[in-house]
Amino acid sequence: MARVLREVLRSGEFVVTSEIGPPKGSDVSKMSHHIEMLKDKVHALNVTDNQSSVMRYPSLGGAILIKERGGEPILQMTCRDRNRLALQGDLLFAYSRGIRNVLCLTGDAVPVGDHKTAKSVFDLDSTQLLRAIRTLESGKDMGGNTIEGKVEFCAGAIVTPEARPLEPQLMKFEKKVDCGAEFFQTQAIYDMDNFRRFMEYAGRFPVKILAGIVLLTSAKMAKYMTENVPGIFVPQTLIDELAQAPKGQALKKGIEIAARMVRAIKEEGLCAGVHIMAIGREEVVPEILQAAGIGFNGHKASDAGT
Amino acid sequence: MIRSITKQKPLAEVLELLGEMERVFIIGCGTCTTMAHTGGQAEVLAMKQKLVETGKVVTGFLVIPVACDNLTEEALQQNLPAMKESQSLLILTCAFGVQTINRFLDFPVIPALDTLFIGKEIGPGLFEEVCIQCGGCILGETGGICPVTSCHKGLLNGPCGGTNNGKCEIDRNKDCAWTLIYERLQKQGRLSAMRKFQSAKNYQVEPKPGKTLFELERSGS
Ligand code: SF4
Ligand code: SF4
Repeated sequence: MARVLREVLRSGEFVVTSEIGPPKGSDVSKMSHHIEMLKDKVHALNVTDNQSSVMRYPSLGGAILIKERGGEPILQMTCRDRNRLALQGDLLFAYSRGIRNVLCLTGDAVPVGDHKTAKSVFDLDSTQLLRAIRTLESGKDMGGNTIEGKVEFCAGAIVTPEARPLEPQLMKFEKKVDCGAEFFQTQAIYDMDNFRRFMEYAGRFPVKILAGIVLLTSAKMAKYMTENVPGIFVPQTLIDELAQAPKGQALKKGIEIAARMVRAIKEEGLCAGVHIMAIGREEVVPEILQAAGIGFNGHKASDAGT
Repeated sequence: MIRSITKQKPLAEVLELLGEMERVFIIGCGTCTTMAHTGGQAEVLAMKQKLVETGKVVTGFLVIPVACDNLTEEALQQNLPAMKESQSLLILTCAFGVQTINRFLDFPVIPALDTLFIGKEIGPGLFEEVCIQCGGCILGETGGICPVTSCHKGLLNGPCGGTNNGKCEIDRNKDCAWTLIYERLQKQGRLSAMRKFQSAKNYQVEPKPGKTLFELERSGS
């Protein structure tokens, strides 16, 4: 059985988490395969919650599958699709099914997804959801009513170190800390100097930061991300590196870049760990870990080749 | 000045709504829909032309000065004979106008416009939604800019991760409200207001539908 995330976060070990995207449909075989493949290679696995506002199998279902297979799930919860009644109810359900970690997100906007005419909820925001978790833990719901049974979560949130302007983002980061976030997964980072500067600031807070590593699969994707995805900056040197990869070798180069970043973060002790996102390419995560010198169960395999 | 911002429904939808009703009386408004070129005199005449081309009989038309005003009743009464000849009223006012007309008459009303939002004129021809009448005004802590309305997600505690160099993740033509709020508060040396945690909002201050009876006598005395 996997260790609980809070314990790992407190142990001072280099923490490695990854992410599973649930299927569009009820066939969970591929997701189950990814869970089996990754559950013993990382400390915890996130399950995304209708990511990019695209309707999918729910994060709660994915988190239960991970739990049933002996992994450590991190339940992603966005505020886009559920009001405070539904969110609190799902938290109670999650706890009753052994889920102990929640990542609180605002959620992407409805118009960017595949149900463009849906009603957006956003009854709560990410800070208020964090506060709701701490309220439930105190034995009350948001309406002030007593709840039966215990609830306890290791709660996390996200932060975007490359947001422009940055200061409002940092102010929200601090609110999330105040509202009870224990760990943070960052939006994808690619510029190590910028990330070092961010950590000089974030390192002052009593929270664990997991650097977001998103696998680049081609120069085209890297260029698209830096030009179009808010809060992501890919330095030109990385785009060039991918562009110069021999034909058919771009993915391999992307894996190499991701591994290099993980290794650098670990060796410099820049932050508590990494959160690896290989959106749609979950099967290459073990390769990234191996190339980064991260062994099974998150332990370092060996120093050979470092 | 606040304005009701509308856009015309596609003609096909209007025709579908009219269905079998052949005899149609058209009503426009001299205020908001005239300004927006969606339901003024010119648009009413254009609609008349289009309906005639599709074989409808236009029994008459009328552009009411301010359709949402209670004086509308008089304008309608004067045109009652022609309306009585009709099977429906096709209305090129905003939805406030449609409902005002509907209160005074008992004819089938068919809206030819979609009402988008109540907007504030920001510049010539530029209207923005600035308040959705939430019942718990937060403007004092947000530099006078409303995040409930101007932030796509109505967030109260600062920007989401989609904030993009001052623009919102849903549309590069729309400002990120939280960048505007930040800049305004920074200029005023009041960034501490933005650091304050805003707890979950009361969305039931006045449960829908809003209804208020002011005690006119007391306030007048
Ligand atoms: S907070 Fe915004 S929506 Fe609410 S009353 Fe004030 S301006 Fe209007
Ligand atoms: S980008 Fe700005 S305006 Fe748009 S939803 Fe996020 S915080 Fe709100």
